[in-house]
Amino acid sequence: MSEKYVDIYKKLDMDIEKHSELMSALFQLFSDVFLTQKNRPENIKYFDWLMSEIHGKRIEELMEFKDKNKPLVGTFCIFIPEEIVVASGGACYGLCGGAQFSIPDAERDLPRNICPLIKSAYGFKVQRTCPYTQISNFIYGETTCEAKKKTWEILNDLHPTHVMHIPHMKGKREKDLWREEIYEFKNHIEEIVGKELTFEELKKGVEIINKKREALQRLDYLRSTKPDIVPISGLDSLLVTQISFYDDPERFSDKVFELCDELEERIDKGISVCESDTPRIMVIGTPMAPPNWKLHQVVETTGGIVINEEACIGHRYFKDNIDLDGVESVEDIIERMLERYMKIDCACFTPNDERIDKIIKMYREKKADGIIYYTLSFCHTYNVESKKVIDRLKEEKIPVLKIESDYSAEDVGQIKTRVEAFLESIRFKKSFKAKR
Amino acid sequence: MFYGIDVGSTYTKIAGFNEEREIIDLHVFPTQVNPDEDVKKFLKDKNVEVIVSTGYGRYMIKDSFNCPVISEIKAHAKGAYHFFPDVKTVIDLGGQDSKVIKVDEDGNFSDFKMNDKCAAGTGKFLEIVASRLGVSLNEFASLGENADKKIKITSMCAVFAESEVISLLAKKESVENIVYGVVDSIADRLVSMVKSLRPEERIVFSGGGALNSLLVKLLGEKLGYKVYVPQYPQFLGAIGAAVSAIELVGDFV
Ligand code: SF4
Ligand code: SF4
Repeated sequence: MSEKYVDIYKKLDMDIEKHSELMSALFQLFSDVFLTQKNRPENIKYFDWLMSEIHGKRIEELMEFKDKNKPLVGTFCIFIPEEIVVASGGACYGLCGGAQFSIPDAERDLPRNICPLIKSAYGFKVQRTCPYTQISNFIYGETTCEAKKKTWEILNDLHPTHVMHIPHMKGKREKDLWREEIYEFKNHIEEIVGKELTFEELKKGVEIINKKREALQRLDYLRSTKPDIVPISGLDSLLVTQISFYDDPERFSDKVFELCDELEERIDKGISVCESDTPRIMVIGTPMAPPNWKLHQVVETTGGIVINEEACIGHRYFKDNIDLDGVESVEDIIERMLERYMKIDCACFTPNDERIDKIIKMYREKKADGIIYYTLSFCHTYNVESKKVIDRLKEEKIPVLKIESDYSAEDVGQIKTRVEAFLESIRFKKSFKAKR
Repeated sequence: MFYGIDVGSTYTKIAGFNEEREIIDLHVFPTQVNPDEDVKKFLKDKNVEVIVSTGYGRYMIKDSFNCPVISEIKAHAKGAYHFFPDVKTVIDLGGQDSKVIKVDEDGNFSDFKMNDKCAAGTGKFLEIVASRLGVSLNEFASLGENADKKIKITSMCAVFAESEVISLLAKKESVENIVYGVVDSIADRLVSMVKSLRPEERIVFSGGGALNSLLVKLLGEKLGYKVYVPQYPQFLGAIGAAVSAIELVGDFV
């Protein structure tokens, strides 16, 4: 694919040789992990295609935005008010931070003991191997953790970075601060397009993103609603969620709805990707940026099935919509937006008990059999918070396994052993229950 | 015969039981590129009824023999239960990992902890230091028991501990005392892992680490419980897998 797009890469000042190295590694990994799965839904093909064109067709599309002077914003966090970018006619996308490939280059500037996500993402900028980073007007950063907020200062020397101050509590003071930050973000976007956003435009932006979230909510529901039929693998669902951060939101929503129609049919016909007694696992914790597919792959090749991700690339991202009922002015919309974003239960908040309540509720609703608390090494927010979460889960007698890892392949064997033992114990408990 | 095969990162262990549930075959060889070939050779003329494999290379055995696999956690729980039906806690110190396992009345595990990728608190750690000191792993325990001073190795990281050992040597600290310090630091590491799972009697210690009598003694002192070492501690995983193989057949009769 690269050949065709070389002109674009040149325009974006990319390191073309290094980039093709990256792509061949990525495609190899993708086909090993995804294409070897059995019994995939037909409509997953679109997402496979988008993945294969992630640095091709999709970048070509974004080039058109750029030529029309529409803002392109790269982000690492779901606190970004993407509705505003979409309202301006621009595009907002998540930047990859899930590859070991770029980490050695990042470690020349950054300490080794910060999370791999930040190092990976920063490394892509240093290497000039990510077209999304290169094409963006600015990178959106926030103050959710120490590693990020200090990295933005360094990154800003390489690429314009807009930092939004996300508070760490949820009181009135913090709400006021946050509101100001949203307005400032809006101003920034308006400067790029050279005009103020109208009520209609903003409303449209919200509607588009609301629809995307609805599509993801439906997928989330369908994959876990039946206790004995799982119509799509966790890996494939993760892929769809990851692509939601890249694709054109309207096209994406339509494609997800098509996929969901098929999943509904599969459920009616009793088509499942796994045996009915397969242990159902919820994965909670640090977001999994592509191509970080390690844990899902281990779980699903070891005899389990992932039915849900309580993560930013997952449930946290799409759980709440912006309520447009009765809005009359731009200020109304911003207020509703604020309400919605205030509900994000990121581990950067203290206290953050709503997250724990949500996890327990979800576990019951989805008839899960166990939870894997996944955290990246040195992700202090999710890592430290795991203590409170796991204590509560144990109180509720919910089986839980904690796994801390990075993007290297060295510990796959160890993780496999732990997951396998976890699944063995769940199966044992299940058979015990069944006998009674 | 019922065979359990434990393909570890450094050694492959094989345990065979007869119909009377007696261990009549134990065999170990270094894990090479194709451990399944070595296993095949070994089992060639044997009367093999069921095989169950475990350990780091279990999937390779599964592919060649088309046999079931179980996790090392389960294998160690079953192995310990075979020797001590009243076991509650198993500590295993292997080549590249260490684990602690809680076992219930029926010999199934109820909870476990395992080290993240890191050599601290694993057999690898002992190996690195031993080669630095130019002594064999077998000499380790007896050397440490002759220490006349209780020194502390403060680095938990294998890489830093190695340089700490070098600087101790430069300060003319005796090998005996350094060995003591290293074994002591491994015991500390294991103890904090064990304590987080609330250990209960009876505690069984297995894996290559259990061959080190000083480590066994220090573990016992720090935990405040007697620590039991089964017969053939390095074979516990293979034995557990073999027990599983017997159970598999048991389900059918
Ligand atoms: S975990 Fe928190 S900081 Fe990280 S992407 Fe999610 S919301 Fe943002
Ligand atoms: S929240 Fe965690 S994973 Fe995200 S950037 Fe910070 S440390 Fe890394």
